[in-house]
Amino acid sequence: MSNKKLNMKDKYRLLTRDLEWEFSYRDRKEIFPQEDFEGIKITDWSKWEDPFRLTMDSYWKYQAEKEKKLYAIFDAFSQNNGQQNVTDARYVNAIKLFLTGVSPLEYQAYSGFAHVGRQFGGVGARVACQMQSLDELRHVQTQIHAMSHYNKHFDGFQDFAHMHDRVWYLSVPKSFFDDARSAGPFEFMVAIGFSFEYVLTNLLFVPFMSGAAYNGDMATVTFGFSAQSDEARHMTLGLEIIKFLLEQHEDNVPIVQRWINKWLWRGYRVLTLVAMMMDYMLPNKVMSWQESFEVYFEEAASSLFKDLARYGIEMPPYAADAIAEKEHLSHQAWSIFYNYGHAAAFHTWMPTAQEMDWLSEKYPNTFDKYYRPRFEKWREMEEAGERYYNPTLPMLCQTCQIPMGFTDMENPTMTSYRQSVYDGERYNFCSNGCKDIFDHEPEKYVQSWMPVHQIFQGNCGGPEMEDVLGDYYRINLGVDNLDFKGSPDEARWNGWHNLQSAEDKLKKAS
Amino acid sequence: MSKVYIALQDNEESHYIVEAIEEDNPDVTVIYQPAMIRIECEGHMVIKRETVEEKMGRDWEIPALHVNLITLGGNVDEDDDQLSLTWNN
Amino acid sequence: MAVAAITENYVGERLDRVENFHGNQVLYVGWDHHLMFCAPVAFAVPPDAPFSKVLEELIPGAFSLHPEFGEIDWNQVEWHLNAESFTPDTNATLAEQGIDHKSILRFATPGLDGLKGSGS
Repeated sequence: MSNKKLNMKDKYRLLTRDLEWEFSYRDRKEIFPQEDFEGIKITDWSKWEDPFRLTMDSYWKYQAEKEKKLYAIFDAFSQNNGQQNVTDARYVNAIKLFLTGVSPLEYQAYSGFAHVGRQFGGVGARVACQMQSLDELRHVQTQIHAMSHYNKHFDGFQDFAHMHDRVWYLSVPKSFFDDARSAGPFEFMVAIGFSFEYVLTNLLFVPFMSGAAYNGDMATVTFGFSAQSDEARHMTLGLEIIKFLLEQHEDNVPIVQRWINKWLWRGYRVLTLVAMMMDYMLPNKVMSWQESFEVYFEEAASSLFKDLARYGIEMPPYAADAIAEKEHLSHQAWSIFYNYGHAAAFHTWMPTAQEMDWLSEKYPNTFDKYYRPRFEKWREMEEAGERYYNPTLPMLCQTCQIPMGFTDMENPTMTSYRQSVYDGERYNFCSNGCKDIFDHEPEKYVQSWMPVHQIFQGNCGGPEMEDVLGDYYRINLGVDNLDFKGSPDEARWNGWHNLQSAEDKLKKAS
Repeated sequence: MSKVYIALQDNEESHYIVEAIEEDNPDVTVIYQPAMIRIECEGHMVIKRETVEEKMGRDWEIPALHVNLITLGGNVDEDDDQLSLTWNN
Repeated sequence: MAVAAITENYVGERLDRVENFHGNQVLYVGWDHHLMFCAPVAFAVPPDAPFSKVLEELIPGAFSLHPEFGEIDWNQVEWHLNAESFTPDTNATLAEQGIDHKSILRFATPGLDGLKGSGS
């Protein structure tokens, strides 16, 4: 008889399979009431495979090691006044967007996985969801810890959780997750395991975080990479669940295909925020949005879909739409935030002449032709003391809730409008993807909490916009919002570095 | 053939892992980016415990990879001795 | 099936039905090929307002900061209502000419091509 230590596969088998028991006095359907209504058919849960075969002992051991490394860097960052060593205070605005827009999603993921981890009839899937739920809780905690240091030195961080539930642009990521969490357990797994982990976090946590490092932000790059190391596991799990569903029953194939189509597009639309963070909010540039998109979306998706082709799964039709937009997306997004910079809880600005040249070089087909003229006009207005703010409220897409700033790629200066009439009422969309998602499940999306409509209905305070922004959103007006130029953030930064603002220099010269 | 990839945090430990990957997979491309190292290869890549241990000069287990891992792409197969990434296309 | 739900025949609450807007309806207005305004804009406006209110108040309030705004020849403007070609009647109300809740009104100004001809 061998007394050899258990190997990884045996340990995993013991952790999972042998935890299951037979239900003798209750009907299975009572115990797992959400397993059937989505139309997914599972014939044999024991076919579930976790490729990492992660057991609790090694989970705790290595997660603890990751945490120790992470907190050592947070400590070093704050002890060395790391906030003063980032390239430029403008950069910190990307981190504000991260804390208000992304970190609360980690909490939603924690909650969502805890829920579906109860709903699956297979023990392997339940264990995997439980571990992922813990990972997500770790992510939200470490992110808040890391960014709490910035909260001591910069504006706009103080009310992130309150803002996430209310502010107009934060309804984009929030509604993405609400959509996933209000779906059934299998759709949630495809939505988050596939779309969020595979499509979204890879672009956010890899090239953007590498950019954070290049801009001197060691705290952010470290929580980013540390989180993404868990996401690598989650992505693998997302891929496994898709393969598992496809192998279980042929009737699952069209359902999974539709979910993939939907969630690839939903995830991509949320990436609009990341596109502008890459191209406009990193003072030191590593790679453009387009370049990162090509590596982490186009190349990664084409490998993935070639791999899934044997199950009859095809590349979603909207992937071509996403690819067509890659030379426009970040510029359109920054235009939206520059227009509505008075209503944002972070600062916006016009790129410097040098930064515009970089954009021209990276986007030779689009930047000078379509975007530079409007940016130069805005700069001119700013220099004349009339910084442009859009005085109205924007039209939003019913599905992604982003202002309708996207254009028709065959006519790139024409706004892309789509409309459906359902049950006697008009609904408007930014794209075929968003329209199709609505048309398939209108009873879900008639409930969208559209920030602009909610303001008109009087549900966000008022009567003036200042009341909405100040009291309902809790933006410190004149402090958190408006242009970076002239902001208290800029003044503090200049004070640390003995820099004079351009305006002061002019005053002294005259 | 699709490319499998793995990205590691750019630190001392990772340098040994990269050395081991290069030795066991002569066709890999190693790309250094700020704070990270991306290693990619057509179709297949393997990380072997034994080679990493040899480079580090000490014991090392495959799950310890997670400490320095950022992301990866490809179908994963892991056991006590190796972790491999594969695209069958 | 209009949604996959645990509850059979699930019906969602229509959050934006016109009754919720206190006597107003939502109107979206976009100026084609003038993307200095990043997106079409939204107004809450009574259905019995005359079209002249759109022309004389709402549109100037939203778009007059554009250097080409003063050059618009309003007799030459091409209008679209919910993607259909449209000829507004200045004195009629919105409701009378079929401009209903959450309608999209677009106007194009041929010859004015945006900042430096860029469509901005």
